[in-house]
Amino acid sequence: MDRPKLSFFRMSKLSGDFIFKGVVGLFALGIIVLAFLLFREPFIESQLSRNAFGFGFLTGSTWDPVNEVFGALPFIFGTLVSSFLALLIAVPFSLGIAIFLSELAPEKLRTPLSFIIELLAAVPSVIIGLWGIFILAPFLRDYLAPPLSTYLGFLPLFQGPMYGLSMLTGSVILAIMVIPITSSVSREVIMTVPTQQREAALALGATGWETTRIAVLPYARSGIFGAVILGFGRAVGETMAVTMVIGNSSHISASLFSPSDTMASVIANQFLETAGSKLYISSLIEVGFLLLVVSVIINIGARILVWKFLKVERGAA
Amino acid sequence: MKWNKRKLIDRIMSFLTAACVVIAIIPLLSILYTVTLNGISAINIDFLTQLPKPVGEAGGGLGNAIQGTFIVVGIACLIGLPVGILSGVYLSEYGENKFGRMVSFVADVLTGTPSIVAGIFGYTFIVLYFGFSAIAGGVAISVLMIPIVARTTEESLKLVPGSLREASLALGIPRWKTILHIVLSTAMSGIITGALLAIARVSGETAPLLLTAFGNPFWAVGIDKPISTLPAQIFTYAISPFPDWHTKAWGGALILIILILILNIGVRLITRRKYRV
Repeated sequence: MDRPKLSFFRMSKLSGDFIFKGVVGLFALGIIVLAFLLFREPFIESQLSRNAFGFGFLTGSTWDPVNEVFGALPFIFGTLVSSFLALLIAVPFSLGIAIFLSELAPEKLRTPLSFIIELLAAVPSVIIGLWGIFILAPFLRDYLAPPLSTYLGFLPLFQGPMYGLSMLTGSVILAIMVIPITSSVSREVIMTVPTQQREAALALGATGWETTRIAVLPYARSGIFGAVILGFGRAVGETMAVTMVIGNSSHISASLFSPSDTMASVIANQFLETAGSKLYISSLIEVGFLLLVVSVIINIGARILVWKFLKVERGAA
Repeated sequence: MKWNKRKLIDRIMSFLTAACVVIAIIPLLSILYTVTLNGISAINIDFLTQLPKPVGEAGGGLGNAIQGTFIVVGIACLIGLPVGILSGVYLSEYGENKFGRMVSFVADVLTGTPSIVAGIFGYTFIVLYFGFSAIAGGVAISVLMIPIVARTTEESLKLVPGSLREASLALGIPRWKTILHIVLSTAMSGIITGALLAIARVSGETAPLLLTAFGNPFWAVGIDKPISTLPAQIFTYAISPFPDWHTKAWGGALILIILILILNIGVRLITRRKYRV
């Protein structure tokens, strides 16, 4: 008499597990679907622009909404230059921060200081942009640009007048926003370096810095490189703060003092000003699609580097 | 004392790396200082409760933008939290296979999605069919939220000791009940922390909202209509040529930064206390 009841109980137990796994699995599948849609929708909506300009869209340097000629080169240029410059400024600082907070600082200071550095990443982009317009841009115009043009003015990089909103300001803002992520990931990577590495160097009589230089940094190299690439991805995708301080000009200029635009900033700045022109909107969406592809490639590269490093270290420990 | 070149270099490098930390903190302090200083003069009861006034008219406030931010972030939570948390459950509890690792990797990569791309997604996926609306804004923002919530949920569930699961399973409790009643409730504080940090992170998002929520000078009339939000309003005021609007931008920034810092610092204080005990 008990038997059918028992088997029913077993069945319901089984199907309960089955249903639960199915439901959460469906949501997990949702993430894959989301990634797919993230690519598919902009790709479809940029068809008009892709048909009109083909690959010339990547190399065309004219962005002329009046005559409906669109080439994205000025923005690709702007994104690359501003991001590279941002890394140039941010990487030494991030490394210094990561080394200090994981190796050289007194124990008590490490956690609160890393928290403060990471707090910068929590400040919304639009507020950093607001600060950039009214504080940073005038500061750079008055205190950084004059000496640069006096002493390095023979370089094309530092020629022409600087009105505040410029490629230089955009790059500095990006550097400020890249530092929290690059330094915190580098720090995480450095902290996974095995203690024996350090002890071996210290046992040979190395000082704290020498230990870092000969035993820790070479060991963590690939992970730190991943952290830098992750920062590059952040710089490439950053939108609001850059839009607000880069000056918004679709002309390519060698001077860092001139206004410019990045792929992200041109979309934020012009998307609502297309006056219903289908080709214009489609071109902006294509810029967005390119931005997505570029940042996904950068992110995949960085994640693989960091993941591999952390996995090997944690697996070994 | 004997002059020692190596010790000297050690001191210099300690000093230089410490200087990096100090210099990196300066922008944060400057931002907090200027936002507080400029924002405090803008804030009063009217500023928090009134509708914005046209250029040239004194007074007015950001009441509708504050309301709109809560509505849009609320919609994003309704979509993002269930999807994020449940897929996090899958990744932690059933994810030890090819599909699980793929989802985990995709979620990781998606955390790097440029915010403007989320805006374009919201525009092409919703706005083109239903027009600018609070829903479109919520969807665009949930795109940024889902991968963060999924990963933090996964991480905090993985911290739950396997022995707890085994003890429950040994009592004959099915796996799904074990997960719902034992694993999830043990990891609840971690999941809530992750969710709150994700909410803090997306509350300040502006770029997606420009392309989806559009803005609206009046009180919200429905979630299928354009809606004003605090970050977008700060942007509009900041890039305007009017000094009065600049003051309002600082005021809005102060409100936004207070909301976000409270979420951030509060969450970290709570979790730190928890780990210490």
